[in-house]
Amino acid sequence: MSKNTKVVGHDAVRIDMEEKITGAALYTDDLPFGPNLLHMSVLASPHAHAEILNIDTSEAEKFPGVMAVATGKDYPQKFGLYLQDKSILPVDRVRYVGEQVAVVIARTKEIADEGCKLIKVDYKILEPILDVRDALKEDAVLIHPDLGDYQVIPWINPQPGTNISHIRKIRKGDVEKGFEEADFILEDEYHVPHVVHACIETHISVARYDYTKRLTMWNSTQSPHTQRHIMANALGIPHKDIRIIAPYVGGGFGGKAGISMEALTVACQKVPGYPVKLRWSRKEEFLNSSQRQELRATVKMGVTKEGKITALRHIMHWDVGASAEYGNNVVNATGFSATGPYYIPNVSIDSVGVYTNHPPCAAYRGFGYSEFHFGIESHMDRIAKAIGIDPVEFRRINAIKTDDEVAYKCHMNPSGMLECIDKVAQAIEWGKEEVSDDPDIVIAKGFASAWKAPAMPPNAGSSVFIKFSEDGSINVLVSGMEIGQGLHTAVAKFASEILTVPLNKIRVELPDTDRNPYEWQTVASHETWELGNATIRAARDARAKIFDVVSRAFHLEKESLYLEDGKVKDDLDPDFALPFEDFVITGIQTEFNTWVGGPIMGIGSFIPEFTNAMVDPDTGMGGHPNVHYTVGAGAVKIELNKKTGVVRVVKMAEGFDCGKAINPDLVKDQIVGGFIQGLGTALYEVCIFDDKGKMLNTNFTDYKIPTILEMPDEMIPIIVEVPQPDGPFGARGMSEHTMIPVMPAVANAIANAIGLRIKDIPLTAEKVALRPLQKDFVAEK
Amino acid sequence: MVREIEFTLNGYHQKVSVKPGEKLLDVLRDKLGITSAKYGCGKGECGACTVNLDGKTVRSCLMYAVEADGSVIETLEGFQRLGKKEIQEIYQKHNAFQCGFCAPGFILSTDELLSQNPDPDEEEIKEALAGNLCRCTGYKNIFSAVKEMVEIRKGRES
Repeated sequence: MSKNTKVVGHDAVRIDMEEKITGAALYTDDLPFGPNLLHMSVLASPHAHAEILNIDTSEAEKFPGVMAVATGKDYPQKFGLYLQDKSILPVDRVRYVGEQVAVVIARTKEIADEGCKLIKVDYKILEPILDVRDALKEDAVLIHPDLGDYQVIPWINPQPGTNISHIRKIRKGDVEKGFEEADFILEDEYHVPHVVHACIETHISVARYDYTKRLTMWNSTQSPHTQRHIMANALGIPHKDIRIIAPYVGGGFGGKAGISMEALTVACQKVPGYPVKLRWSRKEEFLNSSQRQELRATVKMGVTKEGKITALRHIMHWDVGASAEYGNNVVNATGFSATGPYYIPNVSIDSVGVYTNHPPCAAYRGFGYSEFHFGIESHMDRIAKAIGIDPVEFRRINAIKTDDEVAYKCHMNPSGMLECIDKVAQAIEWGKEEVSDDPDIVIAKGFASAWKAPAMPPNAGSSVFIKFSEDGSINVLVSGMEIGQGLHTAVAKFASEILTVPLNKIRVELPDTDRNPYEWQTVASHETWELGNATIRAARDARAKIFDVVSRAFHLEKESLYLEDGKVKDDLDPDFALPFEDFVITGIQTEFNTWVGGPIMGIGSFIPEFTNAMVDPDTGMGGHPNVHYTVGAGAVKIELNKKTGVVRVVKMAEGFDCGKAINPDLVKDQIVGGFIQGLGTALYEVCIFDDKGKMLNTNFTDYKIPTILEMPDEMIPIIVEVPQPDGPFGARGMSEHTMIPVMPAVANAIANAIGLRIKDIPLTAEKVALRPLQKDFVAEK
Repeated sequence: MVREIEFTLNGYHQKVSVKPGEKLLDVLRDKLGITSAKYGCGKGECGACTVNLDGKTVRSCLMYAVEADGSVIETLEGFQRLGKKEIQEIYQKHNAFQCGFCAPGFILSTDELLSQNPDPDEEEIKEALAGNLCRCTGYKNIFSAVKEMVEIRKGRES
């Protein structure tokens, strides 16, 4: 099917690009709501852990211009994606600095801010728990004493009476026997701290509740239908009466997946008829959207002297923050996959979500895989060097191949792992030594492999409507979100390819839950695969309807009809060519002057019908939790300044097996963009907290993200295409994956440069400059 | 205390009432419907709110609206009418942006660079754009697009 395609597999200008460079693209904050728009402000907790004894809102309510105040008394409902451990507004306890305690709705933002200052809250301050190791102690204070009462889906395992939000265990083979068979064993700990998404657009939600009991929301979101579902359940409003409109999103990266601050604007119910806007300030965005989970991992790996991995024990303690809800699936997904992209016969994995009084954590591009790959891929280099095998060759020896058994004993999908490794090694000129003219500068290279599967419920669905207009152009209605990854261009191409309508006659419409069909969420890098499959089904459905009406009107065999250049053609009659615009709305006039047909529409739905999340909780066996893995590799060349400790990545290469690149240029753009995002988290991004749990660097001066100055001089994105049999034109997702190799690749390059093995991210200039000066420093060889 | 100020906005005369503490960004967005200038940080750190004032880019989130009295302001909305379409077209050709939220700021900074320095070298291009943050693209296509703009302008002059 992928042969002789007209648009799939060819470069194209993004279909959303013109809107975005002219300013025509509207984001939520750009929409006009008229003069009765009200503004919301949030009173945030100054304490990381405290009981709420009393909230007095009386002064705030009297303040001129304040329209309404809401607290946990009004909105005590618990909600959450996989575990309902989050309150719309807390009733009796705050669990992190920055948590919303009350909201004020007012005529202007300034008045709402003033109103918040007039609310008096009496707290009884509790000792905060700020480290997973403290949270796991026998006598640790419980952050969620009511954990056993929370609603949870069947395959998430919270442990009431502890601070554990979920455990996913894998027990495959016999690890003790595996370690006995090993000639060399290495065990060590790795640490990856909290970081933030840092979308340039902060979270924003506008909500209006009217006297017909209808709730309409305009949200910057990756998840309009999931938000609607959560709202409907929490508030007891029928789904049909909640409408979520999702304009363009100014960056998501998982941070706008699920639901967070959008739950607060439902307090618009207190002022029916008025739209109410809440836009996070940058500081609020740092504190109260979601962060990436912190990981403390212990990796023990055994190998034979020939370089075969015999056993892996991997224990991961995830700091999920004050609520786990969505983050529990990070714990779950990484539990199944924390072998990295290798075949390992004996595996023991414990992936444990642990509550702390840090801000809540949830999805972040890579969904936990970046974090555990730091440990695994650091370990791979260290072991390779210890047994005298080249690190790239060591990865080749153990690379997961098509049909190999993965950790949960299902079989690996078609895998271009070796091709990715080889092409990246070649691009970075692996093995070629380079020396700088500057005696302070050391040039070195580092390598890492990666894999990731979409993490989603087994029945996550996508659906698509395609409708024709009089001129033969089409609108494709989806609820998959264009968050910058190029999804809508891919959707347009799938429709174009099947229906032979050129891209400039196709619009793909942004989500509106009233009008666009269901989509679970735009997350997990599953959309090209899943929404792509739904789009192809919708296009084929429209095509079948076209063939039906044409065959009936002209008495032709359906089987001999085909589409070409926006026309229906007939294999048996070379002169027959009926343009879409002649019939897709009006139908076709028969020889009796009656009409057949009518407006042509296509519908398509897709869920994976082979996945099963119900595994044995003690072993992780018995299910089929993932649809497939996408594999790849990345490498960097660095210039390390021994005096200043500054590491500059001057060249990168990354290759991923996306099955089929629908938009080769956009695949390469994802590789570059994900790499740079990964580079920030590798070198300097970190959330810094004081000993009371208050985050100190809540702005872009103190929390730096990469600028154009950090861009490597040379970037080589590589596409590998081993087709996914059930993918649209063979495609599988690859956008999140591009971040995953970066932290370990840079860490490995630093170790190769000066023998310094850094096991705690970020890989700052301070560590690089100062640690080699410590007395106990032993250089890695 | 409200004061009426006047300026030229994208080639048209504009009058607007502002309060002393109001930021130019909020006046442009909320009172004049200029949505291309975005709120990203409110502290002049991200560049999403960039507009051109009297020939130079400013962070409209940092500037008080009253300071703009009597000035000439350009935003992305005026680009096509002001004959600056080429910058947009070349960015489009390069698929330079992904989510697009930072695009107006980059386009304004690029316009300033090219109007002040018709032949910037690579370091000068990077320096001019270093105040605009983008989380999606890794900057590669932005950079290659600006390099092409410079080449086109040089070709036209020679």
